[in-house]
Amino acid sequence: MYRYDHYDQAIVDDRVKQFRDQTNRYLGGTLSEEEFRPLRLQNGLYIQRYAPMLRIAIPYGMLSTKQLRRLADIAAKYDRGYGHISTRQNLQLNWPELKDVPQILAELAEVEMHAIQTSGNCIRNVTSDHFAGVSPDELTDPRPWCEILRQWSTFHPEFAYLPRKFKIAVNAADTDRAATRVHDIGLDVVKNSQGSIGFRVIVGGGLGRTPIVGQVINEFLPWTHLLSYLESILRVYNLHGRRDNKYKARIKILVKALGIEEFRRQVEADWAYGKDGALTLTETEVDRIKQHFTDPAWKTLVDESLVTIASYHNDRAFTRWLDRNVHPHKVPGYAAVTLSLKDPKRAPGDITTEQMHLVADLADKYSFGELRTTHEQNLILADVEKSELFALWQEARANSLATPTVGLLTDIICCPGGDFCSLANAKSIPIATAIQERFDDLDYLHDIGELDLNISGCMNACGHHHVGNIGILGVDKNGSEWYQVSIGGRQGLNAYLGDVIGPSFAAAEIPDVITKLIETYIEKRESDEERFVDTVHRIGVAPFKERVYAGKERVALNG
Amino acid sequence: MAKKIIKHGRIVDDSWQVIRLAEGDTPETVVLPEGDLIVPLKVWKAQRQTLLGRPQRGVWLSPDELAEDVAIDLTYFSVVAIDFPQFADGRGYSTAALLRSRYGWHGELRAIGDVLRDQLFYMNRVGFDAYAIRADKDMNNALEALNDFSETYQAAVDEPLPLFRRRSA
Repeated sequence: MYRYDHYDQAIVDDRVKQFRDQTNRYLGGTLSEEEFRPLRLQNGLYIQRYAPMLRIAIPYGMLSTKQLRRLADIAAKYDRGYGHISTRQNLQLNWPELKDVPQILAELAEVEMHAIQTSGNCIRNVTSDHFAGVSPDELTDPRPWCEILRQWSTFHPEFAYLPRKFKIAVNAADTDRAATRVHDIGLDVVKNSQGSIGFRVIVGGGLGRTPIVGQVINEFLPWTHLLSYLESILRVYNLHGRRDNKYKARIKILVKALGIEEFRRQVEADWAYGKDGALTLTETEVDRIKQHFTDPAWKTLVDESLVTIASYHNDRAFTRWLDRNVHPHKVPGYAAVTLSLKDPKRAPGDITTEQMHLVADLADKYSFGELRTTHEQNLILADVEKSELFALWQEARANSLATPTVGLLTDIICCPGGDFCSLANAKSIPIATAIQERFDDLDYLHDIGELDLNISGCMNACGHHHVGNIGILGVDKNGSEWYQVSIGGRQGLNAYLGDVIGPSFAAAEIPDVITKLIETYIEKRESDEERFVDTVHRIGVAPFKERVYAGKERVALNG
Repeated sequence: MAKKIIKHGRIVDDSWQVIRLAEGDTPETVVLPEGDLIVPLKVWKAQRQTLLGRPQRGVWLSPDELAEDVAIDLTYFSVVAIDFPQFADGRGYSTAALLRSRYGWHGELRAIGDVLRDQLFYMNRVGFDAYAIRADKDMNNALEALNDFSETYQAAVDEPLPLFRRRSA
């Protein structure tokens, strides 16, 4: 993974000094709350319902064990002994004291970490495929491009006060695991007919209040022009994006208002000046960055199928885990493993200090001392020898990190919601817990098969509810918490925004609603292979709606 | 006491007066006092002849006015200013960058309005060289912001080469 040189280190160290001074001025009264607000946000610091929340950047999800151990220590020393993996692959601390934040940043800087631009109206942490570099279906490793973008966007002087936040994702695989269609800019790494690398540039996607699937602005942008082209997109947005209404300020609204043709014309007109200038990427630089992402010392191993490995142990729980939590690797004899953070006893994505230390030990022992965070709020060990899977599983299971439900109904994506977040309309974690309690039969879960269930506590859609096969959105009705349910959403190259099934529900009704949706699916599916989302798209929303609202006319009318 | 601004990294006296339209004023009718004036772009367009009679003149742009709106007239000015009614409105950063890099403005480029310490480092990078710091703020403290970072990644007006073209091991 990328390691800082003295330039990178100097920039992060200067940031710590700068933020220490800003915090001191705020606490000393010479910097007003309004003036401090964007400064602290651009350092990932929210003032929340009960305490500040600090969002620490994990660029494109990559962590070394040294970094994870430091996060574990920080969570123990300055928080309540746990952290939360967010849907942007970052780590959030829910209970730090404002006065301690500069010191936390100093301790992060010692291990090449920071909280730069994890919030605020600026270019956010770039996200990518959590199987980058090991996936059999990728064209090339997307992480060098992510790192190039990280450096370009870090403290970009022209784009620090954009109309609204700006999110970029990079994907280089056949399967889009980075949700590039629902980002402000999505980049697919592609090869043209001459065999050269470039990017399909997608612009104006996003979730939130106005969910929109992004549109292609450039089918093939040669890699040398990546930065100059993105700079032109950002400039057109910075100058012309709406600033009168924060709900209409994302680039998707500008692209929609202008139309993709006119937006492209404006970008290309600006780009005519910047193209081939100093921002043109050089082979020297790309090679320098790529050298940070060289292959680990993979051994030459005999490949065995997971079925064979399962047969050695004849343990049902292990077999289930192999089925759900172990993923293909491009090198024979290796696998990528999800360490699940979806134990029903904890909020989705939460990880304790003890678990962080344990995961660091596991990564050192089994996976070259590195790991990844996922936007599905789990952890990945990317390079595990298949012969070690049983041993790894036993250790992970003993520490509640082996819930065998990756991709299943209870592998819920969930924002912190009303328990922590001051933006939320409604709680989301208790909804997740109630669903996990209802569906605790692993055989039934495996029979239901792949199903993404995503929960957001408000319109801001941090839980990505629109692209959940089942999406749950917390809404406020006259001061009480209600939940709107949508079905049919999906992420990926054919991203689809789910359809709302009808009037919203009280929290206590949600497990029954999910049960009815699942029963409908089980009855209607053509075969065990047809996934929930495919059934929804084949037969439409109506049969699900009828089942859920049968006998609920009164509530529906009032809803 | 003379008004002060930050210019070229130092606190200096400032003789320029920024004209803002009061309620009831129009660009055509606003009375322009004697002295060195920085006027709204609309006033320049409306009272061009009057202003050309002055020994020197300046103009300021609001956030929704673009660099290209003033580009052909740049030779007439000694000062171009960009107004920040609210510091969090970042349009002026792109406008400044374009005035410098695309339209060849080499004279004074001044930030006016809600100009605060913690934005100065970025402003300096996109080409501002003068800052009328908001009156209630400590200008000496603001001056320190120009040194907040010792190194930067991007190409910008202050450093035409991105770090990747300057990097040495």
